[in-house]
Formats: sequence, structure tokens, C-alpha cells
Amino acid sequence: MTVFVLEQLLNGLQLGVTLFLLAAGLTLIFGIMGIINLAHGSLYMIGAYAAALVARETGSWLLAVPAGLLAAGAAGMLIEMVIMRRLYDRDHLDQVLATYGLILFCNELVTLLVGRQPMFVGIPPGLAGAIELIPGVPYSIYRLSIIGFGLALAVGLYLLIQKTRLGMLIRAGATNRDTVRALGVDIRLLYTLVFGLGALLAGFAGIMMGPLLSVQVGMGEQILIMTFVVVVVGGVGSIRGAFFGAIIVGIVDTMLRGFMPGWMRGIISDTAQADALSAGLSSMGVYLLMALVLLFRPQGLFPART
Amino acid sequence: MKRRDFLVGSAVGAAALAAPSLVRAQAPLRMGLITTLTGPGGYLGADIRDAMLLAIEQGNGRLGGIAVQPVVEDDALRPGQGKTIAERMLRTDGIRLFTGIVFSNVLGAVAPDVLDGGGIYVSPNAGPSNFAGRECHRNFFAVAWQNDALHESAGRSATELGYNRAFILSPNYQAGQDALNGFKRMFRGTIVGEQFTRLDQTDYAAEMAAIRAANPDVVFQFHPGGLGIAFIRQYQQAGLLGRIPMVVAAPSMDHTIMNSVGDAALGVNLTTHWNVDFENPGSQAFVAAFRAKYNRTPTFYAGQAWDTALAIGAALRQTNGNVTDTNAFRTAMLRADFQSIRGPFRFGPNQFPVQDWWSAQVVRNAAGQLEIKTGRKILENHSDSYAASCRI
Amino acid sequence: MTRQNVSIVLIVVLGALLLAVPALAAALGNPALVGLATRVLIYAIAAASLNLVLGYGGMVSFGHAAFLGVGGYVVGILFHHFRFSEPLFGVIAGSDQLLVVLPAAVLITGILAAGIGALALRTSGVQFIMITLAFAQMLYFFFIALKTYGGDDGLVIRRRSALFDLDMRDDRTFFYVVLGFAVTFFAIYATVIRSRFGLLLGAIRQNESRVAAVGIAPYRYKLAAFVISGMGAGLAGALLANYQRFVSPDMLHWTKSGELMMMVILGGAGTLFGPLFGAAALISLETYLTQWTERWMLILGPVLILIVLFMRGGIAGLIDQLLRRLK
Repeated sequence: MTVFVLEQLLNGLQLGVTLFLLAAGLTLIFGIMGIINLAHGSLYMIGAYAAALVARETGSWLLAVPAGLLAAGAAGMLIEMVIMRRLYDRDHLDQVLATYGLILFCNELVTLLVGRQPMFVGIPPGLAGAIELIPGVPYSIYRLSIIGFGLALAVGLYLLIQKTRLGMLIRAGATNRDTVRALGVDIRLLYTLVFGLGALLAGFAGIMMGPLLSVQVGMGEQILIMTFVVVVVGGVGSIRGAFFGAIIVGIVDTMLRGFMPGWMRGIISDTAQADALSAGLSSMGVYLLMALVLLFRPQGLFPART
Repeated sequence: MKRRDFLVGSAVGAAALAAPSLVRAQAPLRMGLITTLTGPGGYLGADIRDAMLLAIEQGNGRLGGIAVQPVVEDDALRPGQGKTIAERMLRTDGIRLFTGIVFSNVLGAVAPDVLDGGGIYVSPNAGPSNFAGRECHRNFFAVAWQNDALHESAGRSATELGYNRAFILSPNYQAGQDALNGFKRMFRGTIVGEQFTRLDQTDYAAEMAAIRAANPDVVFQFHPGGLGIAFIRQYQQAGLLGRIPMVVAAPSMDHTIMNSVGDAALGVNLTTHWNVDFENPGSQAFVAAFRAKYNRTPTFYAGQAWDTALAIGAALRQTNGNVTDTNAFRTAMLRADFQSIRGPFRFGPNQFPVQDWWSAQVVRNAAGQLEIKTGRKILENHSDSYAASCRI
Repeated sequence: MTRQNVSIVLIVVLGALLLAVPALAAALGNPALVGLATRVLIYAIAAASLNLVLGYGGMVSFGHAAFLGVGGYVVGILFHHFRFSEPLFGVIAGSDQLLVVLPAAVLITGILAAGIGALALRTSGVQFIMITLAFAQMLYFFFIALKTYGGDDGLVIRRRSALFDLDMRDDRTFFYVVLGFAVTFFAIYATVIRSRFGLLLGAIRQNESRVAAVGIAPYRYKLAAFVISGMGAGLAGALLANYQRFVSPDMLHWTKSGELMMMVILGGAGTLFGPLFGAAALISLETYLTQWTERWMLILGPVLILIVLFMRGGIAGLIDQLLRRLK
């Protein structure tokens, strides 16, 4: 039993850091530019596809990772300059719809370029296999490395935001947009950079998840809504919130998925019914969490410090 | 594109062949081919479509001497979409003959519509238990299998291989439930864990943890198409491969899955009703023709679709292409007057197949490549356990 | 001609066109047109309902597909129990009568909307968008969990609900039934909008604190609008389930909520007939672009973005401008 719990904790952590990479960008864009960007998942998909294609053609992950990052980052900045810029002063409804249109476009464009069949890319050779980090629990090296990279990026992002001038501007922008403008900073450039940074992180998440799952059209939407849960639970505009929110959501979701079937089978004898019920109920869990947070702590559990 | 070219070509061919006296003002018989062409299960439908088109092409645009025009549409593995397409074909286009569906949940939404509307459905893959038993229908024919039967053979195989404690998994839909029921029916050991996944699931980390915690001596799983690729890969990454052997039925280890997962497939035991190495002449001719045209090895999905096309052809020949007289069509169909690439084949009382099941294993051949090698016969003239409750 | 006369002429023309749809379809040799028009009417009801909170009330609900889906499931579940003659919870008998299942769907979605609205309306702005999304997602997964009613495979309704002795299987008959419901719905809807309640709703959207200052509690009015809106979407869902004879969790998916919003914006938010135009435009675009090219999303996506960026007021706004020029 402990072995099962430990393995599930690791799984939850892995989902958590992946969500963090997506949520970090989303929460910054949300907090600084006030934009609800539904198309954030598309950047995740673009990163995954670019890396998978390069990995398939060249067989080299040393080329694939930069290619994925480049594609996601460039796509992000392009989207910011062509579309997002015009949405900053609009209400949320317009933002939701325009970025929804963007999802449709991105999905179809990728289908046109790559086809409808999912791509299955192999694990980078050095990271294949399992390792017994905890005695008796062999765990996928690749999943462990996702956790490692994710945590390293979290630290890097913390340093960037706390210790650099860009970070100072981002922090200021998240809490008070006008102050930044008053400082004489080129706010347009700052916005483009922040959007690009968010896209880069989303793209990196996509690159890493590609070999684990399969790279397919629609993968972005599957994870997007959960990313919104993270942002809301953590607190809009707060990187710290995104981090803790992601870990909480990742672990809650994984644990519910792990334990719900057992509980349900205690109540319902038919396995098919019990498992369907537990699949549904465990998926509901994080949304319930989000609704509760919105009702009782609308600013989120870890709001941006002002 | 290819399909359109082919249609034009066959139409020209048919026109050239038809002597003036034979020119009846009769358009080719349109056949609805609804199948899954997108998503993780996309290649399953592609193989079904391609084998059927191949069969029609080899008959110069005809099946059983009757000009046939397949109308191919993608259900995207969404029951609602399949139903919408079927309804349009049935009501707007006046199509009466349907085939092609891969997944049992899509079939569950489409078949009632087709049958209620006076149409005929010939299944090249999905064979859910409800249509084999209580809800069997005079105009529903399954050429592939009844879902349970397929996994019954896997249960028998696991027993014969001497395994005692099995952990079993499948997606939670009709065919998945049939799979686990089928396996349990013929497995003589104990089931130490049973888990349903979701049909749109991509991450199996939780299942891997559960398998490890249960520590079985065999894993049986049913995950067709892309699901199987993801499952077996994650099984390998979780370090379970090599520790806990796997016994599966054909859909969880077809040629595409084997090629995608590479060495992770080596040694997997499976059971099947047909494999590319079958030696009967019909099978060998089909495999050669399929490889020549599409430059890939046909999966058993293609094989089933080929047999389905032959079965439909045989019925059309006898009824002279009339699909509105469903009684005559049914009589003709049930004769199964075609040479199945599986060898002996007949329809049982519920209009589902009675056929043999074989064991097979993924091995490395002399050229160093992976291949699925057929072994012993496991079940002979096997029908299914629902035929008794079917009252036609 | 005065503005009002023009509107009346337009409504008459629109009505005549709708009445003539089955005849037109027969004349054009395109029977599928009847089904298309049926779907347009059903989605128009759903989009108009959303428009009440979104356009008139300024509440951006990103979870209205939940009401559509629940309305559909009420029909599906009642039919399921009718077919197998097993009462629901052992007491509620199933039914296949349209005049039973439709009111039931409206009632249940109304209760649901009251519950969700009572909680969600404690928030506003982005929080409101997110909390409506959260509730819709919960319901989406709830229906996936209900294996008895098909889970994610959905629930097949073998026969459309019966209404008197009409042959509901006939698409033309069903179209006229839906048209009847749509006309009734829009008549009630127009009355609600022009009532004191409708005017107050607009005032709340424009300046909530001022309304509150006059001594009127905005919360109650917003909740009432939300409930009416949920009931309308539930009605549409019940009709849709009947039309397609199938319900599945797809009807509650968040992309469906997005589509409904799209219809409202495309047609013109805060206008009476905007959602009808939006539904007609989107569904015809979808139907005909699909026939023309598989890649229709490649066109629809950018069109949507352009509309949001440059065409305020949607189709209704466009028509309004044209009419103004006519004068």
C-alpha cells in the first residue's frame, strides 16, 4: 500500500510540474495583460509537434528540444503581435471568443500540415527505463526527469522574477499596470516578451509530454482547462500561486484517480459501473476545488503579493 | 485524393466493360462505409477502408459482379457523429447497405438507426455482446467476431501457459466490458485486479502503480490502436516489462502496435483468428495484393474487412444486387459462400462467426525483424456465449 | 416606413420563410434542408437564452452547454425508463410524451440554474466565467460517470417523443413542432426583454452600483435572468435530444458552451433576433463549408477572430445599419 501511495505521489508531482509550466505563462498573461488566453494549450501542442517532427526526422533530441522551444516561442510572439495586442482593452468575452477562434485555426493548421494520425515519438535514449529511487518502487526515469526539469525551471523562473530587472517589471506589471507605464518602459515590448516567455514554457511542457503520451491534435485542450483550474486555485497573476496550485491540483487529481476506484467498489459491486463512476467523480474533484476556492477565497490560495 | 482517382477509374472501367445491351439505367449500388479515420484509432479504420477498396478494385468496381460505390465517412470515434452520418446516408442518400465501423460504442449508436430504417449492417470489426444476444437482428451480420470470443481465447491461452494470478484492464465501453468478461470466462486462475480505463485516456501512470501493487503473474489488457501503443510503452517505462508477462488478444498487438513499440513487444503472447502468416492461398493472395498496393503489412482489421467485402459480394451475387429485399439478402448472406482468409468460416444462429482461434507470439525472425508468429490452435469452431439468448 | 413597421415586415418575411422551409426543400430537391432548419431553430433557442444573461445582463457564462445537455439527458433518461418500464428511483415513471418530458426538462434545468446561479453570482468578471465553467465541467464528468445512461458512449433514444398522434419520425412534422416551440419561446422572450425586468437587467449591466443605490438588489434580478436562461437552454436541449435521438456528454462539453457564445456574438449580443441569425450563420457555415472543404475550421477560426476584432454588433448590427441606410 505505501508503495502504491509513493508511486502515486510521484505521478501527482509529475502532473503538477507539467501543469505548472503551462500555468506559469497563463497566470502571467492573465495577471499582467488581463487576457484570458484559451489558445495557451495550442502553444503546448505546437511545441510538442515541432519537437516530435524534428525527433522523427533527425533522430536527435538535441535538435528536437530547441526546435520545439523555437516553434512555441515564435508562435506565441507572433500571436501576441497580430491578435492579442488588439484584445488588451477588450472585455473578457471578446478575448474568450477570439482565442477560441485561434484554437480552431491552430488545430486545423496542424492537421493540414501533419495529418490526423497521432505521432508516437520514442523516449530520448538516455532517459528510457526505470530506476529504483525508492526501494521496491522502480519509477520511470523519464517521468523523474520531467519532475527534475520542471522544478529546475520553477527555480529559474523564481530567480528571473525576483532578481532581474525584467522580473521587477513583470512583478510591477502584474500588480499595477500604470506604474510600469509611468516608468517609461516600452510596455508593448514587455508584453510581447512576457507572452513569448509563457509560450516557451508551454512549449517545453508539450515537448516533454510528447514521448509520454501521444502527440495529437486536441492535446492542448485536454490540459488547458485544468491549467485554468491551477491559475484560479493558485491566484491570478501569482507565479508562486501557479506553482503551489499546480502541485496541489496534480496530486489531488492523481490521488483521486488512484483511490476512488477502490472506494467505489466498496459501494457498487459492478466493476464497470464503479470504475465509470470513479473516473467521473475523480475528474470532478479539481473543478469542485476550483468552485470552492472561487466562492470562499476568490483571490486564490496564494495571491500575488502587492 | 487516391480514393477519388480510384472511383473515377473504376467508373470508366465499368462503363467500358458494359456492353450496350447490358447498360441498364442502374447506378452502382452505394454502400455506406462509416469508420474511424482520425485519432488514436485512425489506422484501424484506414486499414478497413483500404482492404475494402482493394476488394472492390480487384473486382473492377464490383463486388460479386455488382457495381458498388463505397461512400466513406469518418466517425472520429464519436458515437454521435457516426449516428449523424448514418442518418444522412439513410434518409438523404437512400443508402441501405452499411459497413465499416471499428468501435463498439459507435456501432451502438449507429446500428439501431440503420436497422430501424430498414437497412442492413455487416460488421467488419465490432461485435458487441448485446447485438449477439438479446438485441440480435435479422439484418445485422458480424463477419469479424463476437467481442467476448476474442478474449475468451486469450483467457484460455493464459490458462494453458500456466498463469494463475491475472491483472486485467480495458477501456470502459461495451467492447472493453466484453473483453474482460470474455477473458474471465475462460481463465481458470484468479483475478487479482480489474480496472477500467477511459477510451480517451493517454496517461496510464495510475494503472501501472496499481499493477505493481497487485503484483500479478500475468497482465491481460485490451487497448486497441493508439491506446495500445501508449499502454505498452508506459508499461515498459514503468519497469514492468520483463517482470510481468502480458497475454493479450489480437487488437492489443497488431502489426502497427508491434512496429511502434519495437522491442517492448518482443515475447508478448496473443491470440488471433487470422494472421499474415496463414498459409491458405486466399490469405496469401490478399497479403501480397495489400502489400503491393499500399506498401505496408495488413493488420487483421484489413483481413476482416477483406472477408467482409467477400461476404457482401457473395450475397450481392445471389440477390443480383438487390438490398431492399432483406429476406433474400439474409438467406444469401447466411450461406457464407466465400473463401475466408481465416479458413473455415460459417455464421452461427445469431449471425455471428463460428471460427477457430490461434495462439501467436511476437518473435524476432531470421532477418532480425519483429514478427507475429502463429502457434497452436486454441479453440476450434468456436462461436460465442450469447447465441443462445438470440431469438431471430 | 417607420422603424417599427420595418421590424414587423421583417418578422413576417422571416416567419413566411420558415413556414415554407419544407416546401422549399422539396422544390430544391434537398430534403436535408429541413433538418438543417430544425437545428438552426433549436440552437437559436439556446443561443437566445444565453443572450439574456450574456447580452442583456452582461454575465459571461462559459457553462451554458451544461443546461443544454441536462435538458437533453432529462429526455433521454425518461425515455430509457419508459422503454424498460423501470421507474426512476423506483417511483418516477419514464415517459415518451413530449408534453411530459419537455416541461420536466425545463423544470429540472431551472432548478439546476437556480443552484448554480445562486453560487456563481456571488462572483463577477473573470471569476464568474471560471466558476460557470467549473460547474459545467463537473456536470460533464457527472454524465460520463453515469454508466447506466451510457457514460461517455451516450444514450440512444430509439424513438422521438410522441405529441398527440403526429408522426414525429417525419422530419417535416418535427420541424413544424420545433417551429411552434421556437415561436412561442421568442414571443415570451420578447415580452421578458421589454418588461420592467428586462429594462432593469440592462441597467444592472450598465451600472450595477447605481441600481443598487436606488434600493433594488441586483443579485435577485440577475439570478432570475440566469434561471430563465437556464430553462431556455434546457428546452433547447430537450428538443435537440429529440431531433438527434441521442444524448451524450459531448452536449455539455466546454467547446459547446463556446459555440453557443459564438452564435450570440456572431448574431449580435443583446438583440432579439441576433442569436437566431448567429445560429443560422454558424450552422449553415458548418454544414456547407464541410461539404466544400474538410478544412473548414481553418476558415471559421480566423473569421471568428475578425468578427470579434472588427465587427461589433454582429449580423443584427449589420442589418440595423442597412435598415438605417434604407431610410
